[in-house]
Amino acid sequence: MTDFQDLFVISTSLILLLGAVAVLVIDILFPNNRGWLSVTALSVLFIAIVGAFLQFSFGDTQIAFYGAVSLDQFGLFFITLVIIVAVIITIASSSWALKLDLAGEYYALLLVATGSMALLVQAQDLILIFIALETTSIAQYVLVAITREDKSAEAGLKYLISGAIAAAIMIYGFALLFGLAGSTSLSDIAVFVNSSNSDIRLAITIAFIFIIAGFGFKMALVPFHGWVPDVYQGAPTRVIAFLSVASKAAGFAVALRLFYTGLGGGDTFIASDWAMVFGIFAVFSMFVGNTAAILQTDVRRLLGYSSIAQAGNIAIGLAAVSVGNTVGASGVLFYLASYLVTNLAVFLTVIIISERIGSYELKSYAGIIHRSPVLALVLILGLLSLTGIPPTAGFIAKLYIFNNAIQTGEIWLVAIVVIGVINTAIAAFYYLRWVRIIALDPPEVDEEYTFVISGRMQFVLAFTTIGMLLIGLAPSRLIDLAQNAASTLL
Amino acid sequence: MLTFYLFAPVAGALLIAMLPRDQENNSKYIALSFSLLAFITSIITFISFDTSKEGYQFVDSFDWITSEIGGFNIQYIVGIDGLSSPLILLLGMLSVVSILISFNIQYRQKEYFIWLLVLQTAVAGVFLSLDLVQFFLFWELELLPMYMLINTWGSGRKHYSAMKFLIYTLAGSAVMLVAFLIVGFEVGTFNIEAIVNQPPIDAFIPLSLLFWAVMLAFLVKLPVFPVHTWLPDAHTDAPTAVSVMLAGVLLKMGGYGILRIAVPIFPAQAYEFRTILAILAAFTVVYGAVITLQQKDLKRLIAYSSVSHMGYVLLGIAAFGAVGMSGAALQMFTHGTITGLLFVMVGMVYERTHTREIAEMQGLMHNMPKIGAVMLIAGLASLGVPGLSGFVAELTTFLGAYKMHPIPTVAAVFGVVLAAGYILWTFQRVFHGPSDRKWDNLSDANQWWEYVAMALLVISIVGVGIYPSVITESIESGIEPIVKILEAVI
Repeated sequence: MTDFQDLFVISTSLILLLGAVAVLVIDILFPNNRGWLSVTALSVLFIAIVGAFLQFSFGDTQIAFYGAVSLDQFGLFFITLVIIVAVIITIASSSWALKLDLAGEYYALLLVATGSMALLVQAQDLILIFIALETTSIAQYVLVAITREDKSAEAGLKYLISGAIAAAIMIYGFALLFGLAGSTSLSDIAVFVNSSNSDIRLAITIAFIFIIAGFGFKMALVPFHGWVPDVYQGAPTRVIAFLSVASKAAGFAVALRLFYTGLGGGDTFIASDWAMVFGIFAVFSMFVGNTAAILQTDVRRLLGYSSIAQAGNIAIGLAAVSVGNTVGASGVLFYLASYLVTNLAVFLTVIIISERIGSYELKSYAGIIHRSPVLALVLILGLLSLTGIPPTAGFIAKLYIFNNAIQTGEIWLVAIVVIGVINTAIAAFYYLRWVRIIALDPPEVDEEYTFVISGRMQFVLAFTTIGMLLIGLAPSRLIDLAQNAASTLL
Repeated sequence: MLTFYLFAPVAGALLIAMLPRDQENNSKYIALSFSLLAFITSIITFISFDTSKEGYQFVDSFDWITSEIGGFNIQYIVGIDGLSSPLILLLGMLSVVSILISFNIQYRQKEYFIWLLVLQTAVAGVFLSLDLVQFFLFWELELLPMYMLINTWGSGRKHYSAMKFLIYTLAGSAVMLVAFLIVGFEVGTFNIEAIVNQPPIDAFIPLSLLFWAVMLAFLVKLPVFPVHTWLPDAHTDAPTAVSVMLAGVLLKMGGYGILRIAVPIFPAQAYEFRTILAILAAFTVVYGAVITLQQKDLKRLIAYSSVSHMGYVLLGIAAFGAVGMSGAALQMFTHGTITGLLFVMVGMVYERTHTREIAEMQGLMHNMPKIGAVMLIAGLASLGVPGLSGFVAELTTFLGAYKMHPIPTVAAVFGVVLAAGYILWTFQRVFHGPSDRKWDNLSDANQWWEYVAMALLVISIVGVGIYPSVITESIESGIEPIVKILEAVI
């Protein structure tokens, strides 16, 4: 394989990372024309997504850099996801970022975070996974603190410290795995796991529990969730919208990659340990996230806990790996895609509403439906989708992931699904209470004001809303995509 | 045809949603015309339904979700048999009635009629669905309009009652979903007809557990002691039209679910637990009646009498014979019209007196002879006077149940005695006696919509009472296949 072909395999992340540099250069060359920054960032993202589609049509799985990186549909699925998130956030930031001192850096870091996530989901080597994960993390630490206000800086520091600890634990796990297998390449580790017997079961289990600390931090799973509420509250809401979807998706992608490629998939002797660990994480995440969310009065904290609970739901898909093929994994992919449109719809409306009314208090959302029926309806639809009420994407996503867990035919997974559906009832309590506040409660202040939704915001709102309804009403196409993408893991 | 019936109300709701604010007053006419369309459709299907043919008729279907792996194939399939055909008619009629009696709603009438129409579609979906997942989808969809309607247009502790209703139903249906998924996994399809033809013989979860998981949702909905407590609250605080829908058709979803899903899919388990079901039923009848006697609030009184009457439905089903189950199905229809009418009348009285305290009312007959007369018809029908529809249903139920469960049946017959007590006593307290000064300037029923609503229900009560085979012929053809399934396992 020639060097050029190697570059083709990682071209998406290359485009994004070079684009970040381009944004910085433009920022330096034209300091007074900051409107161009978002245009540049958008065009970089556009080129990247076109590149990803070209690679997608290429079909076959390709390996490059001596097996460190692979190009497959699984990776491309996630690359598309994170780029879509980045596009939406860039569009939603275009007027807000102008007021930042660090507008150039903001877009550059967004592109770096996206680019390194794209590399992360392609990585086939522990070292590369670690480097890509750290690159995206560092970009996100800075993004969280980018406004340099007290709250934002505090959130950034919290995020940095807990992230650093998680990364440290993860590298312990990597070291253990390397010590056992004698290689950092996932495929070599798989060969080792397949050829060894259950004597090393404990060692491998400990290794991947350590590693999960790193991914679990990204996914916001309990017990690695401590940073979530504070960072969600303190950081700029656009950055959080990015984190809550893209970062979570990347975490799940690496976990799936590690399991199927590195640990040998569902047929090995450690598959049940893996499933059990994620089953436990799922149960705790759902209960902690949902019960804590009930008590919140700040919508950002509420969404933070809700994101923990949702991560618990997705983790059921990771627990369902023993179904033998990649059905459980496809549930994770499908759920993340519907979570993307749902959560972004909620965050975008929260951004528009809260910046207008100047408050993130839950009760200040009273009677929003009278001020702006459109915004209220999008937000209500998003909340219904988060709850899992038809005809939205969230309903199908939950149904699909629960069904996948049942398909394993294991009693303990049925128990987890029962816990999952009971948690849906708990979640309904606070999501629907929010719906009630928006739609039914009388407005708090009589002052008349209106919402102005810019054309760009209208575009992204329409995109996410149509996405929610489309996935909710005609999900077959996305299910096919998710299943095909997941099947390339094997 | 049925697809039109199912989605006509939602189409009306969309139309109302697009209505400008200043034409809000027209929303009731739009709602009425769309629900009339559905009603007419249901009359046509009911008349042209061929009781001599086996299986479902007027079937519309297409593959909604297909997936190659993971057993996630869901159909959109609607159809009726002799069991659901009368219920569809009942729903069509009660929807028209509930829209008519809401004609003087002023507070946010646009949203009110939207939710009422959505509710109609959701309930219709439950009665029409022939796919387990589709059934569940509509079952969940029904929660949202109910929650909104009670929460906004209710009275008293409406927030509490709405949330209680929501949590009870969600918790009940949670395990039902899991059971559905397991059944789907074992049989390989979610199509109800296919599953009933080839019911699961064994599953990795004991079938009796699955049976109870499904039954729980239906028993909560029916409702049966001890999971009935949401009903009096919801009824008391709901607006009149919602009470009519709740008593008239929503409770029937429970009985219908047992007859359509729980018994045919788990015939052996249902038969095994027949005694428990019969005892629960008899206890509900007597307990409900005793509690009814103690009520001071007119609406709460009718609500508890509903609990008592739904006990007959369960008793008839627990007989597991053609006669008893036909009686139960007939009781569902007649209770829908009778209690629907009772709630309509209570609503009319409340609208005029602005109180529901029985102690504060007396001699209302002087001022409202028409309302009193119709109330008397409904009351007599409710306590089972021959010549009115309640009598036929109760008699058939008792005849069918006595052979299988003599003691519970005798106990339940005692409930009829109590019913005579509370109905006549209440009627005497409210309508008889000297006229009270403070009610002097109250008007009788005087609006055309009130007349139409009353007339529709009275005609159906008297009609079915005199000539029951209008309904029973259809019901018997629907019960027959269920009895055959049961005979095969007994």
